[in-house]
Amino acid sequence: MSFMPVILLSDALVFLLLAAVIASVWYVRRREHLLLPWRRVARNPTAMVSLLVLSLFVLVGLLDTLHYRAALPEMNNGTTVYSPQVLSLFDKLVTPLRTHTEKTYSAPLAVTLYAKESVIDKAGHVLREYPRLRYGGASLTDVQQRDSDVLRRGLTGALTGLALGLLIALGSRRWLARRGWPLRALLIATLIISVLIGATINLATAYHVLGTDKVGQDVLYLSLKSIRTGLIIGTVTTMVTLPLALFLGIAAGYLRGWVDDVIQYVYTVLSSIPSVLLIAAAVLMMQVTIDMHPQWFATSASRADMRLVSLCLILGVTSWTSLCRLMRGETLKLREMEYIQAAQAFGVSPFRILTRHIMPNVMHIVLISLVMDFSGLVLAEAVLSYIGVGVDPSMISFGTMINAARQEMGRDPMVWWSLASAFGFMLVLVLSANLFADAVRDAFDPRLNRTGEAV
Amino acid sequence: MIAYLIRRILYALPILVGVNLLTFALFFVVNTPDDMARMQLGVKRVTPDAIEQWKHRHGYDKPLFLNRAAAGTDKITDTIFWQKSVSMFVLDFGYSDDGRNISHEIATRMWPSLSIALPTFLVGLVVYITFALLMTLFRATALDMAGVALCVLLMSISGLFYIIGGQFVVSKLWHLVPISGYAGGLDSFKFVVLPIAIGIAGSVGASSRWYRTIFLEEIGKDYVRTARAKGLSELRVLFTHVLKNAMIPILTGVVVVIPLLFMGSLLTESFFGIPGLGSYTIDAINAQDFSVVRAMVFLGSLLYIVGLILTDISYTMVDPRVRLS
Repeated sequence: MSFMPVILLSDALVFLLLAAVIASVWYVRRREHLLLPWRRVARNPTAMVSLLVLSLFVLVGLLDTLHYRAALPEMNNGTTVYSPQVLSLFDKLVTPLRTHTEKTYSAPLAVTLYAKESVIDKAGHVLREYPRLRYGGASLTDVQQRDSDVLRRGLTGALTGLALGLLIALGSRRWLARRGWPLRALLIATLIISVLIGATINLATAYHVLGTDKVGQDVLYLSLKSIRTGLIIGTVTTMVTLPLALFLGIAAGYLRGWVDDVIQYVYTVLSSIPSVLLIAAAVLMMQVTIDMHPQWFATSASRADMRLVSLCLILGVTSWTSLCRLMRGETLKLREMEYIQAAQAFGVSPFRILTRHIMPNVMHIVLISLVMDFSGLVLAEAVLSYIGVGVDPSMISFGTMINAARQEMGRDPMVWWSLASAFGFMLVLVLSANLFADAVRDAFDPRLNRTGEAV
Repeated sequence: MIAYLIRRILYALPILVGVNLLTFALFFVVNTPDDMARMQLGVKRVTPDAIEQWKHRHGYDKPLFLNRAAAGTDKITDTIFWQKSVSMFVLDFGYSDDGRNISHEIATRMWPSLSIALPTFLVGLVVYITFALLMTLFRATALDMAGVALCVLLMSISGLFYIIGGQFVVSKLWHLVPISGYAGGLDSFKFVVLPIAIGIAGSVGASSRWYRTIFLEEIGKDYVRTARAKGLSELRVLFTHVLKNAMIPILTGVVVVIPLLFMGSLLTESFFGIPGLGSYTIDAINAQDFSVVRAMVFLGSLLYIVGLILTDISYTMVDPRVRLS
């Protein structure tokens, strides 16, 4: 076999999460009353456009989650030796971006390096000039042609993208209209996105669209790779938060007595520690453990991955308290309802009451709180990585990008592209997550009065 | 009132004990002091001798809970748990890795932190509430929608961007204030004004939006209708009647952070080189100075609990119906 699939811990968790999402979609699809709020979300143009953008991010993240190790060409006594480098399907798709590294910084779409160097010309003279890039604009013979070349490539790419976008739009128009989804907003968004993607792809084959960083890596590649880290922090954390908050919150609210006292005590203690400090302390300790046991990890990728998963775990353990408090309050309210009393009178077991009668009625709070937390977690990752308690420094993430680029603030002319790309990608991701979360909250919040609304 | 306070403080004790046990477990049970020593001295090529020395210098060469070698009460007190954890209850935080007294550092460093955090908090509160009330005034119009959209946009931007962007534009392009640094007394003004402005800008989105929802909930109530029926102007209704009645939900979120202002902000202080508690914490994290981090965790939760008690007291001040008993 020319490659060996690698399932990192975080990959496994992502697959688990994906399976859970697919299962719940399947479950909800067959139940009209559960589908109702989602129909409201689907009619909201902002929400659907945000969802479209988010699903592109998720697509990149998922492609980046299928990891493998390539086989090395040399054979050792007939056994295949695999490269210690763990790559993903996404890396394979964008191989040129990954491998076309320059010497150091270069501006977006530049053909020369950012700083002057001593170059020896054919006659043997030493000149101080901007050396040409190895890959960026390598096909050009004259630097002067760059602008027209960029324009030509950008335009052809944009037009190809537009044509493809139109095809997709025309193909899916019927389908969208039949479901009552906001047609115009979605079509316009599709066109804009496909034009942008088309232009970027066509330019990226010949240039570094967003420039290169200190060691010459393509910033566009780094930004795209950061998406997976951000998404994992935002989603895997909820796998920790959700069970803790849901079970403990409901147990405290329903059983009351000493169970309630203990659970309340635990979450008061946890929430009384400022979260950044608690996270910092826990991450420091986790780092000691990981550094003390290098034998646990086969590759450096799996070590960095372990740190990412631990970070999610720590974030989850420190952030379940607010949801737990909400769950407890809601359960306290629900347990006094007549239908619960009726169930109790019929002798239904407490476990069954909890799972059949209470759990479904608090799920809307869970859902709202999960989607609202997502964007906060993505933003928190950058801050934590800056403080030094975030992901492994070798892992590509928005935080590590910003951290590396920050030191270049003092340079003149300023190296702005790494920062701008990291912040730009983060803004798009977080903004669409926020807008989508708002729509979900509006659609699921039972306090909003919806009398007379058409379904 | 006094009886209530005493009871609240007694309630707070078990929580502090919990925090203390938790940090103790985190710092000494998850990893042994040997691991920490090896980490500090560099993982490779470290002799057992050096580890012993490091542990002795930092007072980690004792048993965790029970010192069988000692006599009398020393059996309990001459242990890591007693000396490193229990002593925090009397605010004795011990010494940092570079040999300084942590309590003394905290006492001197909290003033620079406060000089940034307090103005940020006070001016910020005024700005957020005014903005939120204005959005409420123009509710359900294009102006309100634009305000909400602006809030969502502002809260989607990373906090790091405000700091980096602010430093770049104000200090580097316009040369209005120094990029970073700090001075005591009146000189500090030019150093603190930018961090304060950035601190406010960084949370204007989330806060204003939150206050707006509070005000919108109030505006549907009967007393607002009465006030309008009396012929009061909408401005007056909002800025006096609604604002006063919205005080309880506002105070719930606001008073609790007041004691935490002493801790300063990790990000702002490290970017602007303010010698406060925030940058102290961040330096400790980077240097892996566990005793300082432990002290900060304990101090932080102590201040948070003080904040909770203050919140309850503040309720009685704004709402005469609330009685502490």
